[in-house]
Formats: sequence, C-alpha cells, structure tokens
Amino acid sequence: MATPPAPDAAATPDAPLLEVEDLVVEIPTRRGVLKPVDGVSFTIGRGEILGVVGESGAGKSITGAAIIGLLERPTRIGGGRVTLAGTRLDTMDENALRRVRGARVGTVFQDPSTSLNPLKTIGEQLAETALAHLDVSRREARERALRALVDVGIPAAAERLDAWPHEFSGGMRQRVVIALALIGEPELVIADEPTTALDVSVQAQILALLRRLCVERGVGVMLVTHDMGVIAETTDRVAVLYAGRVAEVGPTRDVLTGALHPYTRGLMGATPDASPERDSRDRLAQIPGAMPGLGAVPSGCAFHPRCPEAMSRCSAERPRAASREDTRVWCWLHPPEEGVSPDGRSTSLRGTRR
Amino acid sequence: MSALARVWQSDIAWSFRHAPVAMVAALVFAVLVIASLAAPLVAPHTPFEPGSLNLMDGFTPPMGEGMGSGSVFWLGTDDQGRDVFSTILYGMRLSLMIGLAAVALAAALGVTLGLIAGYVGGWIDALIMRVADIQLTFPSILVALLIFGVARGLLPPESREQMAIWVLILSIGLSEWVQFARTVRGSAMVEAKKDYVQAARLVGRKPSAILFHHLLPNVLGPVLVIATISLALAIIAEATLSFLGVGAPPTRPSLGTLIRIGQDFLFSGEWWILLFPALTLLALALSVNLLGDWLRDVMNPKLR
Amino acid sequence: MSTPDDAVLVEVERLSRRFDVSSAWLNRIVRREPRRILTAVDDVSLRVRQGETYALVGESGSGKSTIAKMIVGLLAPSEGTVRIGGADPTGARGAALTALRRRVQMIFQDPYASLNPRWRVLDIVGEPMRVFGLARERREVARRVGALLEQVGLSADDTAKFPHEFSGGQRQRIGIARALASEPELIVCDEPTSALDVSVQAQVLNLMRDLQGDLGLTYLFITHDLSVVRYMADTIGVLYLGRLVESAPRETLFTEPAHPYTRMLLDAAPRLDGFGRRHATDGGEVPDPIRPPTGCHYHPRCGYRVAGCDERYPPVRDIGLRTVRCFEAERVLAASRPDAGRANGADAHPPR
Repeated sequence: MATPPAPDAAATPDAPLLEVEDLVVEIPTRRGVLKPVDGVSFTIGRGEILGVVGESGAGKSITGAAIIGLLERPTRIGGGRVTLAGTRLDTMDENALRRVRGARVGTVFQDPSTSLNPLKTIGEQLAETALAHLDVSRREARERALRALVDVGIPAAAERLDAWPHEFSGGMRQRVVIALALIGEPELVIADEPTTALDVSVQAQILALLRRLCVERGVGVMLVTHDMGVIAETTDRVAVLYAGRVAEVGPTRDVLTGALHPYTRGLMGATPDASPERDSRDRLAQIPGAMPGLGAVPSGCAFHPRCPEAMSRCSAERPRAASREDTRVWCWLHPPEEGVSPDGRSTSLRGTRR
Repeated sequence: MSALARVWQSDIAWSFRHAPVAMVAALVFAVLVIASLAAPLVAPHTPFEPGSLNLMDGFTPPMGEGMGSGSVFWLGTDDQGRDVFSTILYGMRLSLMIGLAAVALAAALGVTLGLIAGYVGGWIDALIMRVADIQLTFPSILVALLIFGVARGLLPPESREQMAIWVLILSIGLSEWVQFARTVRGSAMVEAKKDYVQAARLVGRKPSAILFHHLLPNVLGPVLVIATISLALAIIAEATLSFLGVGAPPTRPSLGTLIRIGQDFLFSGEWWILLFPALTLLALALSVNLLGDWLRDVMNPKLR
Repeated sequence: MSTPDDAVLVEVERLSRRFDVSSAWLNRIVRREPRRILTAVDDVSLRVRQGETYALVGESGSGKSTIAKMIVGLLAPSEGTVRIGGADPTGARGAALTALRRRVQMIFQDPYASLNPRWRVLDIVGEPMRVFGLARERREVARRVGALLEQVGLSADDTAKFPHEFSGGQRQRIGIARALASEPELIVCDEPTSALDVSVQAQVLNLMRDLQGDLGLTYLFITHDLSVVRYMADTIGVLYLGRLVESAPRETLFTEPAHPYTRMLLDAAPRLDGFGRRHATDGGEVPDPIRPPTGCHYHPRCGYRVAGCDERYPPVRDIGLRTVRCFEAERVLAASRPDAGRANGADAHPPR
C-alpha cells in the first residue's frame, strides 16, 4: 500500500501543523465568479483545538472541505496555500489527496446517521479504515478496532464490534465516527458541527471526548461550529469568519472576552447565555441587517455596512492583517503598525506566526 | 423588468435555448398545432363534405392532377377522392382535441385523487392506491378498450356515432389518471407535513380548502411534465383505438382512422394514403414526447 | 412581568398522549409481536399565567412538541384536559371552536416550511383575518397586513412578495405577523429561533419581547436551548421522556434546581465564560421512549438514586416556589444551595 506523502523534513516541531494562507475558494457561475472563501488565513498547532466560528454563509464548512480537497465541481480552490506539516495540500492531485484523507487528516461530520455505512458492521468499518491507512494485518486491524471503541467509551465494546450502526443511539454513533476518524492515526482532525444534531447532554460528552483524545495524541483539531458556547468551553484558539473572510483569530479567552473586531463584539453581545452567574436579562445586542450573500459582498471590509464603528476607509480598502499580542485581526480600527512587513505580519516574534 | 423579460431570462428559458432537441421539437409541435387549429382556413379542400368530392379524383398520386376536378392535390387523394393533405389537417385536429381533452380529464381526476390520498392517508389512501395498482396491471389500451366497450354498450345505437368522440375521450382519460395520482400523492404527503399546512389547520380551514388552496399549487410542478408525456400517450392511444376500428369513425376520421384506411391500399400501390398520415402521427407524438423529456430533465431539482 | 395574582390563561391537567407505533396489523400477527405504544406525554400538569412566558424545556423524546400541539388543538389528548381561559377546546364546535381558535396561535420552527411558498405575504398573513372575519375587503386586509408587517420590523410594501424573496429571519417575522393577525392572547412558539443564526435570533427574540410588552401576549415557549430560556422565560418546566420533572420560576430553576436531571442539564449547557470547564456528565443518553425505564425514567442515569426509584413514579411535590417529581429532591436542593451564587460546578452528582 503506498504511503501518504511524507511531511517535509524541513518542518520543525515548533512550526504549526496546519497553515492556511489567504485561501480562496471560487465558484464560476453564469453570473460571474463567486467566492465563498475569500482570503482566509489561520494556523493550527499540534494538540491544539482551533474553533472556526461563524454564521451560516460565512464559509466555515467550505474552508474545511477545501483543506482536504472535498470540493465538488465547479467549486475549486482559487488561490492561497494549505500546508500540512510542510506538505502542500492545495496543489495535490486526487490520488495523493485520497492517501492523505484518513491517514493524515480525519473527519467528523455533523450527521452520524449518514457518516456510517448502514450495511456494514461497526467492526468492519473500523477495521477496513485501519487496513487502508496503516501497515497492519487483518487481525491487528480488528484489535485496533476494538481498542478504538474502548477509547471512545462504548460500553461492552467487544460485543458491540459486530453490531450495526442502526443499533446505536445518536451519541454512540458519533463516538464511533470519532473512532473512525482517529483510527488511521491522523495528525489533524476536521470536525464540522459534530454535536449540532445531538442533545445538549450528549454534546458535552462528545466534545470532552474529542478534546481528551486529540490533546492526548497531539492531534490538531479544526472544530467548525456556529455555537459560541461550544467555542468557549472546548477550543484553545478561535477564528471568527464573516462573509468568507476572517475577522480575527486568536486565543479563545482573548477573543471572547476582549474582542477586537466589531463583528465579534456584536456576535458576543447577541448570544444569550445560560450561565447562572450572569444576569442575562439585559437586552440582547442586535447587529442590524444580515450577512451578505455570495454575489453581494460589499467593497472594502465586508462588514462595514453593518458596523457601528465604520470609517470611510472601511468601504474603500479591504483591511490588512494586524497583530495584537497573540491575536491577528483584520479591521481598520486596528491597522497594521509601521515597521510591519507589507502583508501585515508583525515583525515581533510574539504572535501566532513568525 | 416585465414579466415576459423575466421569463426569457429565467433559468428554464436559458436551458431551453441551449437544448437544440427541445427547440426543434417545440417548433415542430407548434407548426402542427397551428396547422390543425387553422385547418378550416388552411386546408385547400373540404374532404368531409360529401358534395365536394369527385370520385374521379380518387387515387391521384402526390402533386398529381385529379382526373375529375383538375385541382392539384399536394399529397394525393384516397379512394373517395378526398385530399390527403386536408384530411391530415382535420384528422390531426381531431387527434389533438381528443388527446388534450383526455389528458385534461386524466389530470383532473388523478390530481384530485392523489391530493386526497396523500393528505388524508389511512384507508382512503390504501383504497385509491389499490385501485390504481390494479388498473396499472392492465395495458392502458386494454383498459381503454374495456371502458369503450362498456360505454358503447350503455348507449342507444342511434347516438353511438355521435358520442364516439366523447366515449373515446372518457376511455383514454380514465386509462391515464394513475400516473397523475401517484405523483401528486407523493408530493401531497410531503407537503402535508409542512408547518404551513399546520398553520392553516390551526386557523380552522376545512380540509377541502387546504387541499385546493394550499396543497394544489405546491404539487403542480411535476404535473406539467406528466401531462406532456401523457399527451403523447393519449394521441397514440387514440390512434390505436381508431386504427382498431373502435375509435373515430371514417366520417370524422382522426389520424389513426386514416392510417387504417390507408393500410388497405398500401400493397396495391397507393402508398401515400398510408404514409403521410403515419408520418404526421409520428411527428406529433415524437415532438410532444421530446418536449416532455426535456421538461422533466429541466425540472429535476437535483440537476439544477 | 407577571405576579402570582394574575389570571391563569392556560390550565393543563394530567395531560397524556399515547401513539400506537406497532407494525402493520398483518405483520404483527405473522411475527407474533405485541402492540407497541409510545407514551409521548405522561400526566403533565401546568399553569401559564396571563402575560408571562412559560418555557417548556426538553431534549429529544421529551414530548414538548406534542404538548404544544395538544394545547393549540392540532392533536387530541389521550387523557387529561387543556383549558384556555377556562374553556376546553376538545368537543367544542362551531362558533365556540372558532372563538377559541382565535385566542391561540402558533409560531413554527422552520422558516422555510412554515409559509406557503406559492402564496404572497398578503395572503399568508391575511388568511387568519379573513377566516375570523376581522377584515373582508381586499383593501382592508391589505391595510391591516401592512400594519402588522411594520410592527414586526418589515415594510408594508412586502405584502406583494413571495416567501422565497426573504431571508430566514425575515420569514420568521412573517410567521409572527401571521400569528398576530387574529389578535390572539396566547402564542405557542415551537423552537422559533432554533433554525436561525445568532445575530438573527437576537433580533427575533427582542421583537418577541417587545410585542409581549406592547400587546400583553402570553407565550408558551418550546425549546431545547437553555440560554434562550434564560433570556425569555418567566417560568420554566423541564420535561424528560414525556414527564414534567420540575417546574419553577426562572431564577429559582437556574440557581437552585431540585431535580437531578435539571442539574445535569444546566451543567451540560455550554457557557460563554466556561473556558476549559469540565462537565459533570452522567455519561448517559435519553433512552428509547418506547421502552422507558421503570419507575422514575431518569433513575438509570441518576446520581441521587435510592431504593424505590426504579419502582414508583415520584408524585408531584411543592417545594417553595417550585413543583418537582423526585423522591430525593431535598438532597438535590441541598447540593444546589451552597452553589447558589457560584456556578453549578463539577458535583452535579455526589460521589456514589
């Protein structure tokens, strides 16, 4: 079995596991080229959970799909770079990508009932995946399958190995999906709304499981969600997406408690909170209007028509990246400092990127 | 933007303009329909007024001169001296009329039964669907023949010929309702679960109002496609029945009747009496069929 | 805000609803299977006061949507009664039924399925007006519909448009306008913002609060989202597998829950300030509603379980401002009380 393309020897242990730079995804249509992702940049470190949060239409799922080359024609990558431990993913052909998926990048999608093949037992699916991506015998594959089930907390795993997907409850099925994602020993897991279809009590369990397993194994996680509460509790860093662009990306606590971008602030103000601590009967903040559709993205900063702090510059020029401590933000309220390289990266060594 | 401009620029119009088959089919169909509608104006002769016929004109070949009247018959004449071109025009007119009327009947019956079956469910649904299933096990021609025979038997002999057309419409229509009912039932079942129907029930609207004001507009989409294909089937069915001698009578023939008449003369050399009606029937049915195919592909939400 | 002296608008007494989910008759006989009955709602009683927002919270299988449908009259109860303003809709006919229907309306969850896609907004919002005789002439209907649209934050010019010309949040506003068209007293809201983005949800929730203040509406709010409940509700009822396990005023429920399931639910709900918080999960999931656990349905997952919890269904008890169905409610309350003022932390369950 061919091994997946090996990581670049030049990638050092400190370098981020996944680097997405100025990623653009485009869809050519009769009416012109639409860009559901328009210049998205972020990084994910080993054993780190990055939340990618945004409302519907912000481009978070498409970003995840683009990273592993799961875009359906005519949608395609239109620019930028995606690098996984030194290997370029955006320029890979389909055969190479197929070897990457499962072996180096695992995926967890939203609906557990469609992620599992209803005609195969859980054990079969796990063992098959192990065989496809690891250099193991059939017997070893089955052992790994059993261990995987135990790791994700399926009770009586030995008996459940030969059970069918429909015999599991929703939460159990999602655990199996996580087991499937991790059995190939990937370096990165992309989880797209993994708990949205589950009850809230199960959601907490699944997220805790994902976090524990990935941090233990040094696996980086890209967690796509629309739920700010999930972001707060589960992620180390968060990227806030708006209309296919990043508003800001930084440590979760910093971004949520001290947001730099007015959109993030608006989003936090609009989110109701169940925490017993807070007096949350204050009126929810409203952001007037709605996120622009694909064909109607405003010039300059995409958020400026709805922004309470918009300036004249905001409608004319797209904001360039600026670093404030460990956060990168794209907003003219925080312009890149003088003495900064033209693409907006801070020359200081602090920050998410050199 | 005016309504016409909007239609022209819509996605359906765009794919129409890019589907040569559909455009040709539509053109052919349009020509045939206009010709048959305008038959009284366009036909050079009146073949069904006995007084205008000249037996000596009989068996004139295409573009030949009738030996009796001396007029030129573009497509020739039959044994009675009737101008084939004119008979085709009038025959096509009748074929279309019967076809359209039969489809209208089938649609009205099928859509109504489908709506009721889909919305009410339960034993009514089961009953309607079983009747539909039973009917489907028989070839539609057989069903049409059966209904035709029963209806004819019930009518007094004097009115049989007069009523032939209506009986024809009835039998073909009744043989085609099933497709409409099945498709509409499926859509109705899906729509009935949607919240806007619950909202209407909440306000206290009667089931009949919900069926016809709320559900009907939302299940009509596929009906157009089925109607188009049904029209092709109805035209062929009518031709078949007339060919078998149980359809339109020779005094008011449809294309099928003309084919039957022409069959008698095929091997005695007067091929034109059969060929031209047959070609016309082919063109008519094929163009409708192709249009229906294109329409079905274009309306398929998965391909859009 | 309502006070205890306010009149009771909705009285639900011992409401139950069962569904027969057995296989088809012939299949059952051939396979010798027993009948399978799903008890979606089991002996639920509650009271909603005029002008307040009562939230029914539950996860899947809790029966909250079924209760909503019974309260508005779309579904008949198997047992028990529903009274709106003293009148019972079951068995009502004719003018009495119409009058009752006018007083109760509903807002639905899916903005893409709750409006007839082939109808114009004018007809959608105008339908209740025409049916209830509040307006008959086209011009009068148009005027009233226009006014309603303005009231929900849309424009009177939107009457001629079709639903597909609007966004999800705008469609929900149209749904609210339709609910208001009959000038109801009670609006049952079935997960009205679950399908909306956060910023749009904020707009719709604020609108609903404003309308409640302006029009004196009473809301029965069905949801699974505890943060929305915290923002909207005055009184909250917690459902588990068809049973109402606890019912209390908002702050009481959030700071001093008396039922183990409520405690677990509150702990599981993600919080915006819960950075790196560890949840005290009970490791379980909602069981199959067709074969629920015996006695108290929650007992297999419960950290406060004692002998007898698997045999008998706990009776309703009043403790302070709340009603709760748990044999060990006092113990749960004691565990919650020291936490009041702090977040309900990692000991949602005492060590066993």
